Amino acid sequence: MELDAAKMIGAGIAALALGGAGIGLGTLFGSYMEGAFRNPEAQSKLKVNPMLAFALIEATGLFGFVIAMIILFG
Amino acid sequence: MADAHSPLAQFEIKTIAELQPFGIDASFTNASLIMVVVVGLITLFIVAGMNKATIVPGRFQGMVEFFYEFIANLLQENTGPKGKQFFPLVFSLFMFILGCNLIGLFGVFTVTSHIIVTFALALMVITIVTVVGFIRHGGHFLTYFVPQGAPMWLMPLMIPLEVISYLIRPISLSVRLFANMVAGHVMLGVIGTFVVGLGSLFFAFGAIPLAAIPLIFALEVLVALLQAYVFAILTCIYLNDAIHLAH
Repeated sequence: MELDAAKMIGAGIAALALGGAGIGLGTLFGSYMEGAFRNPEAQSKLKVNPMLAFALIEATGLFGFVIAMIILFG
Repeated sequence: MADAHSPLAQFEIKTIAELQPFGIDASFTNASLIMVVVVGLITLFIVAGMNKATIVPGRFQGMVEFFYEFIANLLQENTGPKGKQFFPLVFSLFMFILGCNLIGLFGVFTVTSHIIVTFALALMVITIVTVVGFIRHGGHFLTYFVPQGAPMWLMPLMIPLEVISYLIRPISLSVRLFANMVAGHVMLGVIGTFVVGLGSLFFAFGAIPLAAIPLIFALEVLVALLQAYVFAILTCIYLNDAIHLAH
């Protein structure tokens, strides 16, 4: 039983990886907004790269999700 | 592992037709069925769209040409004119992953939520990149692992790091796609159980998570498109490394 409890706690701790993804996404979209407000004409040109970075940043948080899944079911 | 109501039950592989040549389990499963359907739909889409090709494209032909030009521009921007011969590879990878991701959102079955599928795709990409690098540059390709401008005494540390970061690419490429798909579908499943659970207390409570589902579904459509795009663009970047050997 204690092993199960430790697994649950470990999976919960692995979910902390999403905190880093949150900080990254906040920084990313914050700087995108800043750039877009400073230069509204360039806004449409700037749209693609933040989306790519969004996917890359989100993936780093999801690596934590994978670790949690491995802990719980592996 | 998962009972019928678990959010993980949707990823279960069911055998449709048993096939065990030489003792290897090569059964035709629901995953194989969806892959065949996806390839069939993509072929139908492109062949039907380009069947009566005209110089001024109609609506259907315009759709096909949109995807073609999208990938052609991506390849042109990231690998330059030398990368043009890899267009079929990148285009079919992109269309296949996009088709699998999108068909998964209809609640059928998501092929790309199985790590073995994405890992096989990523391993194929890395193998092709390595082979192309060796064909283009021969043994000179190994200088890719030697960072330029670093002092000599750092080399024993830098070269293993470069080799590891090269070998970790198929893992990060496959886990990125797999984790995004699994996480999105698990999230939809979990919120779906919230609707039932809260709604059984008092039906108005169920409306709150129910309202969240379309929003998350929209996010998942975005993620499905983005992950196919990311896979294609990373393939282009890796190809560019192998073709131009610029570090």
